[in-house]
Amino acid sequence: MTVTTDSTLHERLMTLAERQIAAGEVFGAAAADPVNLPMIRHWTDAMGDANPVYTDPEAAAASAHGGIVAPPAMIQVWTMPGVNRKAGQTPTPVDDVLATLNEGGYTGVVATNCEQTYHRYIRPGERLVPATRFAGLAGPKRTALGEGYFVTWNVTWYSGDEAVAEMLFRVLKFRPRKKKDPAGEEGPQAGAGEGTPQAGAGERAPYPLRPAVNGDTAFFWEGVAQGELRIQRCGGCGELRHPPGPMCPSCRSTDRGYAVASGEGEVYSYVVHHNPPVPGRQTPFVVAVVQLPEGVRIVGNVVDCAPSEVGIGMRVRVTYRQMDDELTLPMWAPREA
Amino acid sequence: MSFLSGRTAVAGIGATEFSKRSGRSELRLAAEAVLAALDDAGLTPADVDGMVTYTQDTNQEIAVAREAGIGDLSFFSRVHYGGGAACGTVLHAAMAVATGVAETVVCYRAFNERSGRRFGQPDARIGGEPSSQGLEMSWHVPYGLMTPAAWVAMFARRYMHAYGVTSEDFGRVAVAMRRHAATNPAAWFHRRPITLREHQESKWIVEPLHLLDCCQESDGAVALVVTSAERARDLRRSPAVIRAAAQGSGAGQMMMTSYYRDDMTGLPEMGVVGGRLWEQAGLGPADVQTAILYDHFTPFVLTQLEELGFCGRGEARDYVADGGIEIDGRLPVNPHGGQLGEAYIHGMNGIAEAVRQIRGTSVNQVAGVHNVLVTAGTGVPTSGLILSAE
Repeated sequence: MTVTTDSTLHERLMTLAERQIAAGEVFGAAAADPVNLPMIRHWTDAMGDANPVYTDPEAAAASAHGGIVAPPAMIQVWTMPGVNRKAGQTPTPVDDVLATLNEGGYTGVVATNCEQTYHRYIRPGERLVPATRFAGLAGPKRTALGEGYFVTWNVTWYSGDEAVAEMLFRVLKFRPRKKKDPAGEEGPQAGAGEGTPQAGAGERAPYPLRPAVNGDTAFFWEGVAQGELRIQRCGGCGELRHPPGPMCPSCRSTDRGYAVASGEGEVYSYVVHHNPPVPGRQTPFVVAVVQLPEGVRIVGNVVDCAPSEVGIGMRVRVTYRQMDDELTLPMWAPREA
Repeated sequence: MSFLSGRTAVAGIGATEFSKRSGRSELRLAAEAVLAALDDAGLTPADVDGMVTYTQDTNQEIAVAREAGIGDLSFFSRVHYGGGAACGTVLHAAMAVATGVAETVVCYRAFNERSGRRFGQPDARIGGEPSSQGLEMSWHVPYGLMTPAAWVAMFARRYMHAYGVTSEDFGRVAVAMRRHAATNPAAWFHRRPITLREHQESKWIVEPLHLLDCCQESDGAVALVVTSAERARDLRRSPAVIRAAAQGSGAGQMMMTSYYRDDMTGLPEMGVVGGRLWEQAGLGPADVQTAILYDHFTPFVLTQLEELGFCGRGEARDYVADGGIEIDGRLPVNPHGGQLGEAYIHGMNGIAEAVRQIRGTSVNQVAGVHNVLVTAGTGVPTSGLILSAE
């Protein structure tokens, strides 16, 4: 979703972005060191990559490469400016854009994309030179983290005149959201009655009604986050059970798994909440006990219909609502007959 | 007859005024009620050696003992599960006295439930911690199902569906309670009866419950003195003998949200309590002249009539029709006006009324009372009593 922001800042950013795109590819400083075995060894040790073709001259000589090659994924390593970034660093066309965003309050940063293409393996002794091309600025956007701009650039690594690898890199520069009072009633009204929380909406206060989760129940909430309605199934006797618990009441087994429910259900009982106000909710809203064909019951909100349309026996289907950046809840919507 | 039956008695009752703003600390309310109950019994703080209250009470036994000038204690206990604790406090006291662990035990409940923490207000913290109760709540609270009215409404809707019960049937309970309270000077709703129409026109709290299906919120305290029946005979008041006392929890029990059991139209935990009470006392529903049924919300009064055997399943709506539970009906329920009419003291004020009915001193005295049944909180693990005249 595109939102309005300080127009002067926005115009400045866009003008700058156009200029940087027009500047095209800008070469940076050559790598401080040529591709070398000690650095490869540090990197493969840290990554736990035991492939001898990167570190063992004999094995590498016997391989298709005929000698040591560097792991392709190390490509950024060779030209990283190091901790002391300022010293002798050649500016890139991205720097001014990031600086302007920082000044404008978009101080948060998160990498969102990194796509690398390797044209060939590189070998010890090659000295790489990076070249950066500013590719685009998009925003302001509302995101889960806050309002921000997506900044995209491309880097090409050259060995001599030959491009050996390329990368598309994108970051989100965002205005960090202020923490809101979780109990406050000023928060978003994630009303289940008609209120569908806006998926992906920024500036979203944490939904105040959070479930407690422990090792016995985490599988359920992890399932919900993935769009699965998981019902505990006993590893001993196969009995389905909701709400779940650590020990099967039928066979005493603590071996627990789960079944993924079909997502269909029927309203077994329900209420329409009017008073008093509930934090994070807009009244009236419906809460139902839903009978699942799998044989268990589960409580959830009935959404996507007026409270007056809800009745016992109503056929419903599970739907998932993101309540805030972290919590998704399973809810129930009318199912066509 | 069980070991416990008839060995102990309630010898004294005491209470503060029932209000919406006591203007005093909960501890002070507790101490006032305890002293009033001891005065009523003709005992002094020095006679007390045991104290029992609810786990939800904010006043520790030792604090109340200090304020009331009570000395050494040899027994103290707490009963859990909200209002389900009410009669359980008397059970614990009776067991302590019957076994010789203590001689005189005071049970009390004190709170500023209207001017202080109101149980009916949503509290986002109740589902917060991964304790067994927090996890239980976590299947409901995230959906905004987090007030006692809402929890009960879920049962009520299914009950209505199963037996063709209407909101007016619930309303008849409210009308009866307010009628009783109207003639009880201690009741908050003294001289303020309601009509069925007023019930129907009161705002929705959580459908299918109207405002007038929900009990009031009160500040106040009630205390009871339990001692041996033998000793009680020599005290100031005629004893209300504890003929039976029981706690009960059902299979698949939860706190207010037992929606996962086969049937949602009953209160199995109250069935457990009822069965134990009748068996202990050697009595049946026909043997009680009045009943104090926990009435935080009207629907569960109907359910209790069925669970306790006063009528069959689904028949309570007929039982309460035509003034069936009013003072001159087939079973006068809550002659003091209950929690809907007198005050919400978490069921403790109902036990005090049962004692008055046994003594024959209630402002709404039922004729010829010999045995009174009392119940505690519904929808939770609960408890009950049968008090009898000598």
